Amino acid sequence: MSDTMDIKYAAAATFSSAKELYDAAGKVKDEGYSNWECFSPIPVHGLDAQMGYARSKVPRFTLAGGVTGFFTGMLIVWFMNEFDYPLIVGGKPYFSPIYPFPVFYELTILFAAFGTLFGMFFLNRLPQHNHPVFEHPEFGRTGDDKFMIVIEVEDPKFDDEQTVNFLKEVGGQAVQIIREPID
Amino acid sequence: MSEVKEVEEHEILKKVDPAPWKDVPLVLNNRDYKWVTDKICGIVEAKTPTWWWWCFITALCIASFTGMGLVYLVSTGVGVWGNNNPVNWGWAIVNFVFWIGIGHAGTLISAVLCLLKQKWRTSINRASEAMTVFAVLCAGIFPLFHVGRVWFAWWLFPIPNANAIWPQFRSPLEWDVFAVSTYATVSILFWYMGMIPDMAVLRDRATETWRKYFYGFFAMGWRNANNHWRNFEMAYLLLAGLSTPLVLSVHTIVSFDFAVANLPGWHTTIFPPYFVAGAIFSGFGMVLTLLLPVRAVFGLRDLITQKHIDNMCMITLATGSLVGYAYAMEFFIAWYGANSYEGFAFINRAFGNYWWSYWIMVSCNVICPQLFWFKKIRQNTPLVWIISIFVNVGMWFERFVIANTTLSRDFLPSSWGYYSPTVVDIFTFFGTFGFFSVLFLLFLRFLPLMPMCEVKSVMPQADPHADH
Repeated sequence: MSDTMDIKYAAAATFSSAKELYDAAGKVKDEGYSNWECFSPIPVHGLDAQMGYARSKVPRFTLAGGVTGFFTGMLIVWFMNEFDYPLIVGGKPYFSPIYPFPVFYELTILFAAFGTLFGMFFLNRLPQHNHPVFEHPEFGRTGDDKFMIVIEVEDPKFDDEQTVNFLKEVGGQAVQIIREPID
Repeated sequence: MSEVKEVEEHEILKKVDPAPWKDVPLVLNNRDYKWVTDKICGIVEAKTPTWWWWCFITALCIASFTGMGLVYLVSTGVGVWGNNNPVNWGWAIVNFVFWIGIGHAGTLISAVLCLLKQKWRTSINRASEAMTVFAVLCAGIFPLFHVGRVWFAWWLFPIPNANAIWPQFRSPLEWDVFAVSTYATVSILFWYMGMIPDMAVLRDRATETWRKYFYGFFAMGWRNANNHWRNFEMAYLLLAGLSTPLVLSVHTIVSFDFAVANLPGWHTTIFPPYFVAGAIFSGFGMVLTLLLPVRAVFGLRDLITQKHIDNMCMITLATGSLVGYAYAMEFFIAWYGANSYEGFAFINRAFGNYWWSYWIMVSCNVICPQLFWFKKIRQNTPLVWIISIFVNVGMWFERFVIANTTLSRDFLPSSWGYYSPTVVDIFTFFGTFGFFSVLFLLFLRFLPLMPMCEVKSVMPQADPHADH
């Protein structure tokens, strides 16, 4: 560490249970911090409301995908069987929205699923293979059995001493500053 | 705890004195999070066990039967399969429907049980989803080669062929192309998305470079942040919501392959629900066949508990009984419909040239699962495993009965025939079990067998309001 340049990224505190994290998160929010995040091995029930997060926007991507899929299905059947090469099958109309319904149905689901997955990636800003929080020596344990609150330096309320003390007050263990190496 | 108080305060309850509700824990022996992580990651991180190599090599040898069968088929011609007039569908359609049906339990466990908030699904959903993906891959082989000239299989897709003709969308076989390819794609997406947080755990634990890159690549930089979880949970719920109508539609459309044809024994409206119930039944049979040995080999008794086995057995029992009801109803309608061809088709099914396959089907699918009414039998794991094999066998015969009894006895007695598979048919089908096992063994070796984050979520420690 000492021979590379680094900058301060955030103050981090670990917690050993979902309940401790949940309670501490409420206090961090009440204190008025805005640039902070909780890390946990599981999606903690009710933590979104506790942190003041709004409902996820993934459904919008799903809807957009679904609508696109439905009309793509209609378009290909109409284009292929009526417009580009009219195909007589059993003397019936070239195109009707009824008979190829399974095709629209499946494409609606297919595109909606892609919308959901990529919407989740987009909203989570993934893939992002590097992030300063990975510099925390205990970061790996947030996927195992540790819980963590990280308050970034960017936060207008951040203050070296005060923030560290505050994290200790709300029950944080192993409070430390995460430093991000630069080159 | 507040709920318990409310119950106590209610006056009428004081009088009747109800027995306390005992919730069986989903993870036994009070395990903690670290134990779960070490257990699941340990399977992937440990040195490859010797038994794994033996199984893998055996599976590869079996899989080569499919390879050889297909090479022989393509290089010689379609005549090497036993299907011919009047039974043009033969084993190819039977095997296709069999494998697709197996896949359905995976989606049922991951999607339908997720929407129904069945928490016990968490420890079995990943392996079942893997089963779905691999079963669909096995299924795809058969229609692909059944088209005859496999190098023209791309005509199935909406690409104009040499005469600039597009596929015609009135054919249920064309709907099938869309249904099955969508099913395969969405199953892979769902499976993969659920694995992202677990891949991140494996990435963070990795010591070897290749692991860091492999799991790191697929983890996409997942950070366990609550903002990530928030979108992930929503996306997971939505994918479950999308997969549920999908899984129902896939086997519905597969049943349309039969039901849209104007043939006695096929042209019935009961087919879609009957096929879906059968698919879930066969899929749960396969889940039991796969997971009981996995549970024993990796010592996962605390995670796949007796409660899980009980629930799976009971779903098998319920769907098996539904299938039995459908068999009976088909006969009833054949009689009640007063159509002599339909009537003949069913009498012929049970007592005609393929009577033996019909009675294998009934004994495996309707009678066998009735044993699951008994707790003693559900608790006897080896016996459950054997019954699950019977379920698999029975469901293969169900498709055989449906496809072959109808085709072999056409409207005109002059075109009647008897279908028998050739050795190439048998080898090609046999090999798919090897192909499936190869994929499943690779899954066990390299990917997290259970969704750790979901298993942890149903443990008591996950509750942010509990006092402990």
